[in-house]
Amino acid sequence: MAIRQTPEGPIWRKRTGLASVALWCGWLALVLLFVVAWEAMTRNQIWAFVWDAPEQAADLIDRMVPPRWSYMDQLWAPLWDTINIATLGTLMAILLAVPVAFMAARNTTPSVLFVRPVAIFIIVASRSVNALIWALLLVAILGPGLLAGIIAIALRSIGFIGKLLYEAIEEIDPRQVEAVRATGAGPAQVLDFGIVPQIMPAFAGITLFRWDINIRESTVLGLVGAGGIGLQLKASVDGLAWPQVTLIFIVILATVILSEWVSARVRAALT
Amino acid sequence: MLRLESLTKRYRTGDLALSAVSLEIPAGQVVGLIGPSGAGKSTLIRCVNRLVEPTSGRIWLGDLEVTRLGRGGLRRARRRMGMIFQEYALVERLTVMENLLSGRLGYVSFWRSLARRFPPDDIRNAFRLLDRVGLMEHADKRADALSGGQRQRVGIARALAQDPDILLVDEPTASLDPKTSRQIMRLLREVCAEQGLAAIVNIHDVVLAQQFMIRIVGLRAGVVVYDGPPDGLTPEVLTEIYGEEDWTGTGEQTDVDRSAPPGLPDTDELVGAL
Repeated sequence: MAIRQTPEGPIWRKRTGLASVALWCGWLALVLLFVVAWEAMTRNQIWAFVWDAPEQAADLIDRMVPPRWSYMDQLWAPLWDTINIATLGTLMAILLAVPVAFMAARNTTPSVLFVRPVAIFIIVASRSVNALIWALLLVAILGPGLLAGIIAIALRSIGFIGKLLYEAIEEIDPRQVEAVRATGAGPAQVLDFGIVPQIMPAFAGITLFRWDINIRESTVLGLVGAGGIGLQLKASVDGLAWPQVTLIFIVILATVILSEWVSARVRAALT
Repeated sequence: MLRLESLTKRYRTGDLALSAVSLEIPAGQVVGLIGPSGAGKSTLIRCVNRLVEPTSGRIWLGDLEVTRLGRGGLRRARRRMGMIFQEYALVERLTVMENLLSGRLGYVSFWRSLARRFPPDDIRNAFRLLDRVGLMEHADKRADALSGGQRQRVGIARALAQDPDILLVDEPTASLDPKTSRQIMRLLREVCAEQGLAAIVNIHDVVLAQQFMIRIVGLRAGVVVYDGPPDGLTPEVLTEIYGEEDWTGTGEQTDVDRSAPPGLPDTDELVGAL
């Protein structure tokens, strides 16, 4: 394609002349689109607010420091709730996502035509709704509290764990499965000996990663009344108690760092 | 022992892998199956235990018609056919012992196997086999910690753990160096002789096949074109199987390793194996 014959011998370029012009036009179109979109989006912007943003930010920070450390007494309980929401939600999601993943994986599904589409739909439906939205719906159904938070986290995580796990199942080495099948093992034994050992590292990695994400997600669930530290955050913001907000941010940051550390350690131990 | 009657396999892509192959393998006979890549060697072996479903034809294992079995019957028949694979096909993240005991899966219930609580006899036998293949001290290692030759020994022990009547061996040495290849082939032939096992061994190394087999079957494009002793593999026959090539030095045998008597083992050896 891009090899041109010349009297001095063939010349190779990755693209032909026409292809490079087309590529250049593509980039130009992208830049133009950005400019137009920017123009449209900022039409209603009140620029005076933007220009004094640095002062506003400085003012806010000024009001936020120092954090009100004594508020910590009231944070321990909601913090514990937050971690519990994340952990129980993840456990619940694992219970539901593992069967879904096996039904969705091409090489383990009972039926590619009927069961697999249902499993894929469950995964997509779960993934397309944010945990906060799930929580919003569940608070309306179940009333405010931890339960709504746990189920919201679980519903969102099914899709995440299910998708990554079924991809891991599809990537296993079929020869190991074949070898177990050749011994006369039944289907459940083939699963136990041939498939599960192969997906164990992926499974551990995926669930720990999701738990890690869920710790972060559960910190905001309180904003819609689904329990956890987000309740305090919302109350503090609404009451303009900025030093408390700062403390909550610090606590969330510390929790996330801790969970990151824990999951990294566990993952290293498991692989 | 094993009888194939005009076995035919046509894949869904339309490729005819086996075309009316008929073969009979008596008990205790070790047969080398040679032929170029794509000749249908692997398909033939996988048809025997129906990992690949044959399109037509019949397979008899003793008095049992394998091709007519339902699911449960097929699983019971598979216990009698030990399979050994080219890339070992061990479950890499399980220990050597678990891999060996997976040969017993057809005999134990799911719950026992899930809890890894195999019968004491199975475990004793597994240790005996580990000792036989020379891997006693590796019992508790993970399979992926072993070398190629060691893994293939585990593969052989796993097949033997099934207490089979026949071994289906698919390119056992393709991933091994020449020395290890010979050791593995010798081990295979020895265990077959000890336990009176029949075996079909897919192998593309003609010299190795001649050295260790007492009967060679040549397959070309799904058709048996040679069936006879190893020294019958003249350049003409090899050309018939593989196509035109300079076969000097391949056909005539140089170092025939027939120190162990081929064919049936002594009776007391058989009793020991039982």
